[in-house]
Amino acid sequence: MAPILTLERISKRFGAVVVATDIDLALGDGEALGIIGPNGAGKTTLFGIITGTVAPDAGRVAFDGTDITRLTPERRCRLGIARSFQIPQPFTGMTVFENLVVAAAFGDGRGERDVYADCAGLLQRCGLADKANRVAGSLTLLDRKRLELARALATRPKLLLLDEVAGGLVEHECAELVALIKDVRATGVSIIWIEHVVHALLASVDRLVVLHGGGFIAAGDPHIVIRSPQVREIYMGIAAAEP
Amino acid sequence: MSAPAIRIEHATRSSRAGLVLFAVVFVVLVAAPWWGGRQHLRLLAEIYAFVALASLWNLLAGYAGLVSVGQQAYVGLGAYLLFALAMLVGVPALWTIPIIGIVAALVSIPVAALIFRLRGHYFAIGTWVVAEVFRLLASQVSVLGGGSGISLPVGIVLAIAQGRQMREFVIYWLALALLVAILALVVWLLRSRYGLALTAIRDNELAARSNGIDVGRVKLVVYVLTAAGTAMVGALIFLQKLRISPDTAFSVTDWTAIVIFITVIGGIGRLEGPIIGAIVFFVLRELLADYGTVYLLTLGVVAIAVMLKAPQGIWGLIAGRFGWQLFPLERRVVYLGGEQPAKCA
Repeated sequence: MAPILTLERISKRFGAVVVATDIDLALGDGEALGIIGPNGAGKTTLFGIITGTVAPDAGRVAFDGTDITRLTPERRCRLGIARSFQIPQPFTGMTVFENLVVAAAFGDGRGERDVYADCAGLLQRCGLADKANRVAGSLTLLDRKRLELARALATRPKLLLLDEVAGGLVEHECAELVALIKDVRATGVSIIWIEHVVHALLASVDRLVVLHGGGFIAAGDPHIVIRSPQVREIYMGIAAAEP
Repeated sequence: MSAPAIRIEHATRSSRAGLVLFAVVFVVLVAAPWWGGRQHLRLLAEIYAFVALASLWNLLAGYAGLVSVGQQAYVGLGAYLLFALAMLVGVPALWTIPIIGIVAALVSIPVAALIFRLRGHYFAIGTWVVAEVFRLLASQVSVLGGGSGISLPVGIVLAIAQGRQMREFVIYWLALALLVAILALVVWLLRSRYGLALTAIRDNELAARSNGIDVGRVKLVVYVLTAAGTAMVGALIFLQKLRISPDTAFSVTDWTAIVIFITVIGGIGRLEGPIIGAIVFFVLRELLADYGTVYLLTLGVVAIAVMLKAPQGIWGLIAGRFGWQLFPLERRVVYLGGEQPAKCA
């Protein structure tokens, strides 16, 4: 698999806080990667570096064969990188439907009228059809998260970055989310998913990495990674010294 | 993904009522010379100018997030260009107005290149500095009266139309036409692809960027358009005043403070806001004009009350409660056919 996204020796620090030291990552085309790690490990910052809202201190980001390190977030979006924010960022004064129209028209460079049908269909798939004409600012947190995902999908991305979309979902909603993400994967979209709901990740990703102290401390098959003593100690607070 | 059968609706019942209301009001206002006296025409033309200035400032600050406190730079520029073109070049007074729009747009581009480097509060202060620079430059132009100002020669005024009454009518209709043109431009802009981007920027700049909107370019377009409109309104205001000086043409109180007052109490970031705000402002002014400081105190109290009790402005309060909109801007989706939507996630 030729990589769709490569990070080369990415470093970032905020004052004394180091969030990334020489991080290397290659994401295969069509691959789904899970990222876990303790709070403050720099997971969301990594998404910022990939989408262009955070500038790395050093290193290089390449997407689909071209260097994008210096591109603005809007250019990267139009190239095919979409992100759902951990803290939902809806266009609060616009309707749910209009939120998607914006993403499809600008993120995918299409005419406004050409995207109406796709956006309406996407709202159905994401369980928001009955709230299509509601102002996004009036949505509950859960629906705002659904809107984040729907809006990211509306840009028809090649690479989808999901930041804690499963938190707060009840079991059957979580199963529906996993099914939706499987559908999205089936269309060839590559995914990086930051999530604390580990079972949702294990059901969806090909590879799991653990971010801690500014670097990846473990990487590989999700089921093996999650059982490694080091990960259990750092991430779950379970003593590694158990026999 | 199978696309569902849908229909998109733009107008709501309130926006259809709004359009009818606007049509009726427009006809009544066009006919004002036949039902109103000279004082009425003067007052109405002044109201039009302020609604136009506030609508432009609303587009700039309310939608594009460019909180300028220096729009008097363009009011003054337009006013001085009127005097310069009419007195020094000999362009007929009415014909100067479209030229002024173009010149102001051209001037605003290098200004934008300079002040767009500043963010937030710094941007606001930067715009004020630019306006002060414009004022100081104007006071250096001795052929236009320098610091003490100058009156428009009688010949230029007489050439506008035959007879004093007809001149007043022409200027009145011009003020109304300019307001309608500016409102139409704003409505058209907001209904276009740019409007989608602008509304998104108004609501959340980070998300707008992350969804592919070139925020910098949209802001530049809005800045240039508002500069052109503001300068044309400025020219028309001083065509009525007939006298110009740097202090009146670049007055921060008249062309920015009052304009911000009107926009904020009416409802910033909403098309209807400046219209409602201007009505409130002029009602207060006409009622309290004879009471001196009480007038200013009342304005202050109204501003504080609205900001505390209804930060979305008077129109924001009404629209929020009843779901009204006077202009059809929304895109409502209607799912056709009875089949239940498949639910995921």
